[in-house]
Amino acid sequence: MEDLIRRYGTGLTAVFCLLVAFWILVLVILPNFAMFEQSFRPYLPVVDIGGPKDVFTMGNYEKILANPVETSWFGIPITIPIHISTFVDTVFFSALVTLMTLILAYPLAYFLAKVANPRSIPTLLLLLFIPMWVSEALRAFAWYIILTFNGPLNALLKALGIIDQGVRWQNGVVTSYDAIVIVLTYCYVLFMLFPIYTAITSLDTNQIEAAEDLGSPWWRTHWRVVIPHAKPGIASGCVMVFMLSAGSLLVPTVVGSTKANWFPQTIYTWFNDALDWNTGAAYSMIFLLVCILFVIVMMRVFKVKLSDIAK
Amino acid sequence: MSRNRAILGQLYFALFILYLLVPLAVMAGAAFNDSKLPTIAPWKGFTWTWFRELWADQTMWGAFLNSILVALAVVALAVPIGTAAAILLNSISGKVRATLYGFMVAPVLAPGLVIGISTVLFWNQLGRSVGADDFFLFGRGLHLSTLGQVSYISAYVMLLVLARLQSFDPGLEEAALDLGANHGQVLRRILLPHLYPAIAASAAIAFFQSMENFNVTLFTKANETTLTVYVFSQVRSGITPKINALAFLLILLTLALALVYEVNRRRRARIEAVREAEARRAEEAMLL
Repeated sequence: MEDLIRRYGTGLTAVFCLLVAFWILVLVILPNFAMFEQSFRPYLPVVDIGGPKDVFTMGNYEKILANPVETSWFGIPITIPIHISTFVDTVFFSALVTLMTLILAYPLAYFLAKVANPRSIPTLLLLLFIPMWVSEALRAFAWYIILTFNGPLNALLKALGIIDQGVRWQNGVVTSYDAIVIVLTYCYVLFMLFPIYTAITSLDTNQIEAAEDLGSPWWRTHWRVVIPHAKPGIASGCVMVFMLSAGSLLVPTVVGSTKANWFPQTIYTWFNDALDWNTGAAYSMIFLLVCILFVIVMMRVFKVKLSDIAK
Repeated sequence: MSRNRAILGQLYFALFILYLLVPLAVMAGAAFNDSKLPTIAPWKGFTWTWFRELWADQTMWGAFLNSILVALAVVALAVPIGTAAAILLNSISGKVRATLYGFMVAPVLAPGLVIGISTVLFWNQLGRSVGADDFFLFGRGLHLSTLGQVSYISAYVMLLVLARLQSFDPGLEEAALDLGANHGQVLRRILLPHLYPAIAASAAIAFFQSMENFNVTLFTKANETTLTVYVFSQVRSGITPKINALAFLLILLTLALALVYEVNRRRRARIEAVREAEARRAEEAMLL
């Protein structure tokens, strides 16, 4: 701090500190505190705010336990509250998306980092970047066109003689979340690729060669040498993809069926259609807690620090 | 063995690129199909109709203008904030630095809808507590979208500038001070010129991140639309291939930018190679 004042003087240092304080306090800490506080207050008309009815309550959080519905998990029928069901589905299918992007991205990251010709890497990376620069709304829309009932996918499969009748992809074939999982995987696979690529690049190629010279089969080389080294990258990719998938409102609304509800859609309904901001705040607190929990689990599983993930 | 692996890798890469590009190609192709629904099969003939309709769509132009205004405002706020944060972080160490760093990068990991909701609730509450509920600045609107976006985009700026600061020699500032420069000059003439590449890159990233943003904007906006929200509402409420025409133009723009970048990079790489060769020759000549 004294160093800053010596170099840039009191005035400029004060400006720096004010800018940072505005960011951290006014844009980050206070809004989150406001959300936390309001989630414990009932939804009231403006005249009652601050009045005798404005007390702290768990009522908003209890709403998630209302409206039990019958559903089934892995073929076992159960009765649970509808929002809990949506919540569990969102977490489960987001984890599935994370796993699928990991399976798709890992071989490619390894190829780019260790197999491909280093001189062509910038061009290859640029090729991968182009689809990422196209907005997410448009990428989801592209899949909407492909999966629609009279769309190119059904036409192609019919022409090839694989199916006779069009398939309603958006309603799902295996589960009603098929379309959402496919499109989320497409949208976020690159967020898995780049952290793993960066992590593998820093691995000394001699280590791989040493393992091979000592007779290790390719899968053991990956399991014992490459993957342990790529762990921070894998953890950071998993966190990014899970957060983006679970928090996506656009993709489920554009390609999802009416039977597939995503938790952010529920929050948006409370917030925008019911105009019950307090319950919306309570639901997003629950959502935020699960996200934090996921980060902690990832840090434990991969034994990495937060500073490795948030790069 | 390793030859096989290289071929397998190239094949996988090609398939992957195909997987990424085919949906975009389908979407772009549908912009030219003379069909009321956006699709490429069945093909009903070539048309420019959808581009004309897009051009005449006042809502789209309004949304486009809003997106650009918000993005410019985000750049104007996030770049100074992020740069100041990087300079501040660079001069402290230990526990304080780690805590501050944690608070700065946390918004990047936080889901957009949480940022959106918390921003709206905070400003609303602030408006109530100063007794100005109806004053428009405390209600939902694009100004809150801007602030919400700044809260996480500043972190990208901070990370880029912080990386660039690692290669800065503080001795230059000492020298300038010793030679009688004042504090403003040290910042303007010594530090900032060194940071300009990072600042320019982060401004570009901030601009595009803001244009792209959907979640924060959806929760913080009032009745206005931005381009992403416009696309979303069009897709939800029965679409015409007008959106495909828009998508085609945006993809074309992306490709053009990528091409300019690549040509530029190759030119620079060539110049570098020539310089290196010259240096080697000079070295050899000296040794002889």
